[in-house]
Amino acid sequence: MSTKKLNLKDKYRLLTRDLDWDFSYEDRKDAFPFEEFEGIKITDWDKWEDPFRLTMDAYWKYQAEKEKKLYAIYDAFSQNNGHLNVTDARYVNAIKIFLTAVSPGELAAHSGFAFTGRHMGGIGARIAAQMQSLDELRHIQTQIHAMSHYNKFFDGFDEFSHMHDRVWYISVVKSFFDDARSAGPFEFMVAIGFSFEYVLTNLLFVPFMSGAAYNGDMATVTFGFSAQSDEARHMTLGLEIIKFLLEQHEDNVPIVQKWIDKWLWRGYRILTVVAMMMDYMLPQKVMSWKEAWELYFEQAGGALFKDLERYGIKMPDYTDLIKAEKEHLSHQAWWTFYTNSQATAFHTWIPSNQELDWLSEKYPETFDKYYRPRWEMAKEMADKGERYYNEGLPQLCQTCQIPMIYTDVQNDPRDIVYRSTKYQGERFHFCSDQCQHIFENEPEKYVHSWLPVHQIFQGNCGGPGGLEKVMDYYKLDVGKANMDYVGSPDEERWKTWKGVA
Amino acid sequence: MATLALRADYHGDRKDSADKFGGAILVYINWDKHLFFYSAKAFPLDPNMPFAAVLEHVIGTHFCQHPEYKDIDWGTVEWSLNNEPFQPVMDKSLAENGFDHKCLLRFKTAEKSAFADAGV
Repeated sequence: MSTKKLNLKDKYRLLTRDLDWDFSYEDRKDAFPFEEFEGIKITDWDKWEDPFRLTMDAYWKYQAEKEKKLYAIYDAFSQNNGHLNVTDARYVNAIKIFLTAVSPGELAAHSGFAFTGRHMGGIGARIAAQMQSLDELRHIQTQIHAMSHYNKFFDGFDEFSHMHDRVWYISVVKSFFDDARSAGPFEFMVAIGFSFEYVLTNLLFVPFMSGAAYNGDMATVTFGFSAQSDEARHMTLGLEIIKFLLEQHEDNVPIVQKWIDKWLWRGYRILTVVAMMMDYMLPQKVMSWKEAWELYFEQAGGALFKDLERYGIKMPDYTDLIKAEKEHLSHQAWWTFYTNSQATAFHTWIPSNQELDWLSEKYPETFDKYYRPRWEMAKEMADKGERYYNEGLPQLCQTCQIPMIYTDVQNDPRDIVYRSTKYQGERFHFCSDQCQHIFENEPEKYVHSWLPVHQIFQGNCGGPGGLEKVMDYYKLDVGKANMDYVGSPDEERWKTWKGVA
Repeated sequence: MATLALRADYHGDRKDSADKFGGAILVYINWDKHLFFYSAKAFPLDPNMPFAAVLEHVIGTHFCQHPEYKDIDWGTVEWSLNNEPFQPVMDKSLAENGFDHKCLLRFKTAEKSAFADAGV
């Protein structure tokens, strides 16, 4: 008997078409109970074009080789005291944010893709989602390992998983993924697979990875390179799901449009923290947030939406607003964290004169007019020994959970945007029309947002007894992992290692 | 609009309803055009508290860090409650002044300085 060896294409065809079950004595609908409630109509799963073309055995082999190399570099990095090669210890605070706020998102994505990898009716789509699910799990593991070296030398890394369910600003990212994971499988795919992975991912990963490269952080750069081939597959899957849904039935178009409008906004709000990282936290800057936004969203995203026009999909109607916000976003965010740094798991600082000049140059329309004066005031206070920390707790947006910091950039950027609506007799507050619309479309989902500020007032974050209790509840080491970089143990150690008095 | 859900009876229990704050109401307070305080601040307050006490003990202790706070001429301050013009009665309680759960109190002052021009 001859055993003919299958080529990769045949193997993949067998895996994604032939291996699926026909439901002869159970109702197929019982096997895929989540497939219809979102209103998406699938007429023929066989039209699904596989974006990965990877069989499981090839996947394991390829990833194992990649990871072997990755860990060899981590080992070398660690043995060579790689942390001493970063541009400045202030840089490390950027990757503290990465580990506490971004990496747990990988785990959430792993869980979300595992769900869609079970519940989409088509076997090709399921296999692709399962592989992405494995990728996401590998990513959080490799990220934790990349950061573990820094954890030995700097404060603020060690309680990242405890903090994830508790700390006020991390709730923003957590709620984003909780929102996506509690949606149906198709909304999840549009939310994370398309809107986040395809449209916005370059604005998350490229800034962090090139920031790492510019600032001598070899561990993070290496992780970034290693993840790149996975990310390329994820982007292909994101685009395939959109095209597939739009080609399957015209009734899908308005549903998909609504999800794109929602999730690009939700994702964009999250990127506020990336804007701040790029403009304020990198000692050696790559490009400004504004430049990154223009390159990766206005140009690349613009071309994408032109392609999608033939399906009847339009660019969300808030693009003029986000275009205007790019002049403000990073400044508003860093000021918020700077003045609230008594409750963050990273350090903040006043930009140096050189950095202030860089910001003026990059933001000629807004920086000197609105933001430089804040830093001048902060400096005056710090010079008098009265480093400014804001008293009290902020008002939060019910949908994105970000403090209500966004201003009316199209009219008077000195005015905060206030939106509110009443539901079941209760008033709910929002940072924008978009967050308000998201709430109003699905109020039952967002009335039970876990808003950290309100939870603190209800006594659910360490009980009554003031902010000290809350910091214990966060496991935040006050005075060590947080507050100003100047005078911190991180700075002190850095100076000792570098032989600077 | 209805939330897209697998089950028709899906609902969320409001997490911040008035009964969950031990008798207090949530009041958000903002000093307009003073982004030194990056957002409005949230306070759980006793609705029986007179407005004058809020001014002294809540606003007075949470907005005083701004170097120009001491120069405020409170006689000319413009107030709004839930984005409607509002004239507080100092010796009346928050409830009597029309404050309810999760209301937004804003005040506008008229100092003239470079910081004020920048909205700081």
